Amino acid sequence: MNFLAGVGRFFLAFLSHTGRLAIFTGVALSHCVRPPFFPRLILRQLIDIGYFSLPVVGLTAIFTGMVLALQSHTGFAGFSAQSAVARVVLLSMARELGPVLAGLMVAGRIGAAMAAEIGTMRVTEQVDALTTLSTNPFKYLIAPRMIAAVVALPCLVVVDDIIGVFGGFLVGVYNLSYNPAVYLHDTWDSLHTTDVVSGLVKAAVFGFVIALMGCYNGFNSKGGAQGVGRATTNAVVSASILILTLDYVITALFFSS
Amino acid sequence: MSDIPANGATASASAGPKIRMVDVHKSFGAKKVLDGVTLDVGAGESVVIIGGSGSGKSVTIKCVMGLLRPDKGSIEIDGQETTHLSGYERDELMRKFGMLFQGGALFDSLKVWENVAFGLIQGRNMARGPARERAMETLAQVGLGADVAGLWPAELSGGMQKRVALARAIAARPDIIFFDEPTTGLDPIMADIINELIVKIVKELGATAVSITHDMHSARKIGDRMAMIYGGKLIWVGRTADIDQSGNPYVEQFIHGSAVGPIKMEVRG
Repeated sequence: MNFLAGVGRFFLAFLSHTGRLAIFTGVALSHCVRPPFFPRLILRQLIDIGYFSLPVVGLTAIFTGMVLALQSHTGFAGFSAQSAVARVVLLSMARELGPVLAGLMVAGRIGAAMAAEIGTMRVTEQVDALTTLSTNPFKYLIAPRMIAAVVALPCLVVVDDIIGVFGGFLVGVYNLSYNPAVYLHDTWDSLHTTDVVSGLVKAAVFGFVIALMGCYNGFNSKGGAQGVGRATTNAVVSASILILTLDYVITALFFSS
Repeated sequence: MSDIPANGATASASAGPKIRMVDVHKSFGAKKVLDGVTLDVGAGESVVIIGGSGSGKSVTIKCVMGLLRPDKGSIEIDGQETTHLSGYERDELMRKFGMLFQGGALFDSLKVWENVAFGLIQGRNMARGPARERAMETLAQVGLGADVAGLWPAELSGGMQKRVALARAIAARPDIIFFDEPTTGLDPIMADIINELIVKIVKELGATAVSITHDMHSARKIGDRMAMIYGGKLIWVGRTADIDQSGNPYVEQFIHGSAVGPIKMEVRG
């Protein structure tokens, strides 16, 4: 019976958690689309999420592109390796690795920072202080972060894709002695709108998920430093899992037919 | 148990009380924090709620401000029932309030003057220029010069942060000001300076003040009346001058800070 009670308790907790998250998402979204907006805050978040994530995301992308070229060259040895390598690097970056790796890196960098900042504001009563100063915390803290993340992630992923393909090009030309003009031509030939668009849709969804998890966990943190630490961990872990899950779902939606 | 009825009329309440709480209940899970709190606060009056840690002082003022919604009971501000308000009406009501938080709760991403002007710029859509001027005036009111205005909150000492937080609470000239443990964490001299400031500012603004504290020295200085909360109920309400003759064993124990007596300290907050 104890086991069943445990399962029941877990299930009820899961349901109430899901309900709270759903309500939070609804309220946050409603504030994202209703004025007043805070352009100054949105801009600050855009710079933080987009611009300052560039080095991390760029480094990940260039090495991912390089390793993709090396591995696929080994895999395709004996076939017409050169055009296959260019194609594999481009497709993998644009469809999957670009958005997913950028999403995971930004989840670690920005999701954690959001949860820690809002969590600290919560436990030091700064969130309550906002309310007493006639400012809705959803409007002031959460909406700017959500808007900025949804806009910034696709921009990051465009840069990320280009850097990744460039990484593959470097290895292809300098390591595997491919002809640079032919490599670029093969890349260009393999470039299709759907691949890039699906990657950008993923990026926008991942941006939303990262900001939502960061804000939700920070906003609901309690119990001082330990609570903020837990909120930060939860934000990164839940965002990462959701990114990988949603990646599959969106891929299935775009490419199943 | 109380010498004066808990909702006893006050001298200045002829036009109806500023704040009227009737039978307010609030629980968190199984823990009952407020168990029927009834209190009237007259316009321009300063009431101090005293009580031990975890006795429900903070929850009481958070219920009045609408940061928490009571489970049962009525809270009227200026004769208007407020417990059901939300959205726009709640925002409108919030403009009447100012609050000094226990830890200051200054926004550490904003400079001192931006903190003070925050309620004016964001809450009342004032332009930054005039809001900055008003912030400077308010900082002067709490004894801070223009040199402090451009600093970050983290660069200030605890006492200075309290002053800035006080300036922020009063910048929009609220009707009702709440003080949450205004002297906690300050040295005795700075605590007294803050007490004097509170008395001066409440008088200057003609505001109604509700404070919570466990510092009896502070309570005597800033309160016209005191209310002692214990076990989720107000067990004594009366004039500050009468507190030494309360005849209530709980109050006696609390104001003398004695470990021996009827009060059982809450272990869990």
